[in-house]
Amino acid sequence: MNRINKKLQEAKKIFSIYFSAGYPNLNDTVQIIQDLEKNGVDMIEIGLPFSDPLADGPTIQASSTQALHNGMTTQVLFDQLKDVRKTVTIPLVIMGYFNPMLQYGIENFCQKCAEVGIDGLIIPDLPVDVYADEYKATFEKYGLKNIFLITPQTSVERINFIDSVSDGFIYMVSSASVTGSQTGFGAEQADYFKRIADMNLNNPQVIGFGISDKETFNQATHYAKGAIIGSAFIKHLTQNGTGKIKEFVEEII
Amino acid sequence: MSYHVNEKGYYGEFGGAFIPEMLYPNVEELRQNYLKITAEPEFQAEFDALLKEYVGRPTPLYFAKRLSEEYNTKIYLKREDLCHTGAHKVNNTIGQILLAKRLGKTRIIAETGAGQHGVATATVCALMGLECIVYMGEVDIKRQAPNVARMKMLGAEVRPAMSGSKTLKDATNEAIRDWINNPVDTYYIIGSVVGPHPYPDMVARFQSVISKEIKGQLLEKEGRENPDYLVACVGGGSNAAGTYYHFLDNEDVNIIAVEAAGLGVHSGESAATSALGKVGVIHGSKTLLMQTTDGQITEPYSISAGLDYPGVGPMHAHLFATGRAQFVSITDDQAMQWGIKLSKMEGLIPAIESAHAFAILDEMKFKPEDIVVINLSGRGDKDLNTYIDYFKL
Repeated sequence: MNRINKKLQEAKKIFSIYFSAGYPNLNDTVQIIQDLEKNGVDMIEIGLPFSDPLADGPTIQASSTQALHNGMTTQVLFDQLKDVRKTVTIPLVIMGYFNPMLQYGIENFCQKCAEVGIDGLIIPDLPVDVYADEYKATFEKYGLKNIFLITPQTSVERINFIDSVSDGFIYMVSSASVTGSQTGFGAEQADYFKRIADMNLNNPQVIGFGISDKETFNQATHYAKGAIIGSAFIKHLTQNGTGKIKEFVEEII
Repeated sequence: MSYHVNEKGYYGEFGGAFIPEMLYPNVEELRQNYLKITAEPEFQAEFDALLKEYVGRPTPLYFAKRLSEEYNTKIYLKREDLCHTGAHKVNNTIGQILLAKRLGKTRIIAETGAGQHGVATATVCALMGLECIVYMGEVDIKRQAPNVARMKMLGAEVRPAMSGSKTLKDATNEAIRDWINNPVDTYYIIGSVVGPHPYPDMVARFQSVISKEIKGQLLEKEGRENPDYLVACVGGGSNAAGTYYHFLDNEDVNIIAVEAAGLGVHSGESAATSALGKVGVIHGSKTLLMQTTDGQITEPYSISAGLDYPGVGPMHAHLFATGRAQFVSITDDQAMQWGIKLSKMEGLIPAIESAHAFAILDEMKFKPEDIVVINLSGRGDKDLNTYIDYFKL
């Protein structure tokens, strides 16, 4: 069974972290992954940097730009992850924009993911319709779960379609926003979280965008199976380097 | 073969809507409504009336006598430079603002490079009394100060794009982010035939008034609707799409697309996307795109800010891939020389973008009986500082 499915069956709330590969320094990637797992993080989204990350706010964009500056490329990332499965057992997902994957070759990319032990992909600008028509077979051939986003504006019909195409989890964007732009959740978000929870979808939901601390993590996981922290963790890396990951994780769980 | 968009939003292999889910409801709303709304007689009447009374259409098709004599062929200029705000851009913003109003939107956002589309958007927002926010790269704000001032006079807020290279592609990213953050009340007026479907088709349709007029005007002047050659400059490609639109399926009409070679196609400082680009995804569309082997989008260069875009619209990528259009690259120097030449020979100071198109006359040989229509897409007032610096005027 895929590590994502297995992890989501555990009787606990899932704490997931996103960070940009190659940030703050090019070769920090694997060390960060190991430290996150060691300190209790359940799942990691490894950001494949892109020059023009449309769905991201300034924090993630700046870390992507720095990572590219540091020399991060798709191939460098795969090289870094070559032996990651010797030490890391939690689910690893690559989150990135479609164009770098397209240039690497979708089949090659999927094959490499399988080789190094990546369990799934989150590609914000690959729409579910295009995926279903053109790429689903390839992803499945390599055992990769593709994770789709939903937002407060996504229609019930489309959520059901996304649920039918998904096999892993559904990434719930907490509010209409790019990453890193929220401060706390209000009644509107709670209504949305509850509305989705009440749909009893086949796939568990993990909430992202706007989770920055213990409070927002708890609010999100009150309704959903898990939550993802991205920008807040990157800010922590920017301020503290890679030495204080333990402190960051302990603040949340 | 059709050169128009298919029902799934593609031109051959190019186009589509590669957008984050956050944008899906907005883009889908537009996709479901744009053809229906723009086909309504009331919409068309309002659009046509504004183009006539406010923009000043139809723009003349002017026979350039001295140029024709020098090059021993028949050269007509489509005078989009006479449009209100100084370029063809306003044809599209008029159409989109009418659409935005019918969709009940109250807040308008736009991206701009040189500032022409920003000014055209600010203008129609003033006309309709709608809030207007224009994203513009910080670098472009500095080099296009007069257009920034115009937008402010028109009541728009100009927000600097501080990310990435701080130019047009980053302004586009920021506008898209704004739309993600404001999905309900906001309408995004894209300025070219780029972006996710239905934008490329919608913008091409609004600009297609250019080719519609050319047909009627040629019939009147030459007794035939079709020229032998159509020439337009291509950055994102909106003036070109409008110039070609009604001639696309008539293969007797030769289509020439002129890109900006910058300092030279292989100089590393160029915006010649057809020569340097590969298939990729930018701003929601699969198209030809200047990028690294790793798929990172590279920064183009042209002296003309309006051609300084790392992609082309998917329609143009398809015209290139099928060979329907011939793509030619023209350097900064060639274009600048034509800025002077057209001024002195015909009394027309062209936008530097448009000046690129004229350089085709030195690159290709035309027969005396050929009819060559060149789109003079904009006037050069906005470029005076660049002309002054370049020629030490």
